[in-house]
Amino acid sequence: MSDSLEIKFSDIHLKNPIIMASGTFGFGREYAEIYDIEKLGGIVSKGLTLNPRGGNQGIRIWETSSGLLNSVGLENPGIQSFIEKELPYMQSLNLVHIINISGTNLEDYVKACDRISREKVNMIELNISCPNVKENNIPFGIKEKTTKKVVREVRKVTKVPLMVKLSPDADDIIRIARVCEEEGADAISLINTFKAFAINIKEKKKIFDNTYAGLSGPCIKPIALRMVHEVASQVKIPVMGIGGIVDYQDILEFLMAGAQAVQIGTANFLNPKAGEIIIKDLEKYLIDNNILNISDIIGIID
Amino acid sequence: MALIKYNKPLKDNFYLLKIAGKYKAIMGQFFMIRKDSQAMFLNRPMSVYDLEDDGIIFLYKKVGKGTAVLADCKRGDKINIYGPYGNGFPIEVKKNIALVGGGTGIAPLFFTLKQLKKHCKEYTVDIFLGLQGKNDFESAFELYADYLLVNYGQFITDFVPYEKYNTIFSCGPESMMKKIEKQARRFNIDHYVSLEKRMACGVGACLVCTCQTKKGNKRVCKDGPVFSGKDIF
Repeated sequence: MSDSLEIKFSDIHLKNPIIMASGTFGFGREYAEIYDIEKLGGIVSKGLTLNPRGGNQGIRIWETSSGLLNSVGLENPGIQSFIEKELPYMQSLNLVHIINISGTNLEDYVKACDRISREKVNMIELNISCPNVKENNIPFGIKEKTTKKVVREVRKVTKVPLMVKLSPDADDIIRIARVCEEEGADAISLINTFKAFAINIKEKKKIFDNTYAGLSGPCIKPIALRMVHEVASQVKIPVMGIGGIVDYQDILEFLMAGAQAVQIGTANFLNPKAGEIIIKDLEKYLIDNNILNISDIIGIID
Repeated sequence: MALIKYNKPLKDNFYLLKIAGKYKAIMGQFFMIRKDSQAMFLNRPMSVYDLEDDGIIFLYKKVGKGTAVLADCKRGDKINIYGPYGNGFPIEVKKNIALVGGGTGIAPLFFTLKQLKKHCKEYTVDIFLGLQGKNDFESAFELYADYLLVNYGQFITDFVPYEKYNTIFSCGPESMMKKIEKQARRFNIDHYVSLEKRMACGVGACLVCTCQTKKGNKRVCKDGPVFSGKDIF
């Protein structure tokens, strides 16, 4: 493999800017049975909370045109069990592993980040934007005040590189991104899923027990791209672009808009080998277009 | 991507879809299938109905927008297919065996019947199917089954002589499998159920098909779709 895709994100060396998004890739084990996942730049763990969570009741997935709504509700084994049973596997992989941490209150966020920071991990992705947690009627990342609070308190307990994952439902995403930077975040990832809704017209009932769910997939891509473009020009810390990427052309758009790396989520469901295919296509694009390194195209669009 | 060999409409909105290629699968395993289309975003899990040298066959029912896209497919159309996934039914089981299917739940039972008979010719494998009306695939079951009972419109669970069997595989509505489990406990029968859930990844990563079992949350796609009946009901 050539080094044309190598990139530095914050202080982290990535063999390529392709990261698998939280909640779509487990801890890597399942996809490792399907292809060589060490070809990837990195993977973000399933969202973890201080205590185990069983996740939401009822239907968890619903299809829509060019996208899907999910209401998994952060089903996860809890941080301690993760550290014992899954982290050693993630650490053993020759790629960057990012640990996604969620919470329903400030104390849980801080405790979970404190706990994971005592282990050897490459990066924390602070999820302040999950729309599927009942206890969080308004996720921390919607309001400037709560964003400031959680990033500040988490920053106090961790020296691990800290990336904050933003919500597209934020009051003012540029302002929220700036707050994260001011409070010492090392990077920003955006966007998480949109809060969305679906109704079963036949039964005249809402689809999801939790009423609203998170929308992802190609249908959100143009909005995600706009937000990445807006935020990347307004903060100095690097931005990881997320939202409906399914092929290498989508990645090029995000990079040109200013993202320094990207995450792939829903595309993993359409083709389990999506990551492998996209990396191959991206390498070919660089060769065909005489581009020595992928960083040459980052942020080239004003 | 693979090519469709045929996509035959049967009665009551059932279809038989054959996709060209060489495939391997254990009975009860499934594949993820999708036709590129505006109206079908996610792959659909479909258990193997039959396996032939030159292709794989699925039995499905047109029920919504996604399966309507599949129903429109013609010979020669390209289709996405990934798999096999899931655990499948166990092959080393106690005879005598009954397979009980309701509605689209009969789909995995034909391949299962053939595999069981192939694995051990001495196995007695009886089939009980619950359907809305007479359908074209019944005769296929008749060729391999030691005994076939098809019931239309009533509860098939009322027509199974449970005491005759040591093993039952069931697939269909949860209420059906629950009733069978009740009888399985009464007669000390090993009962395996194949569950159906909406899925996204199909490989065990996304947790949208989680089901609650007596051994905690399990992924239908990866830990199942086949579970011991006593762990589910």
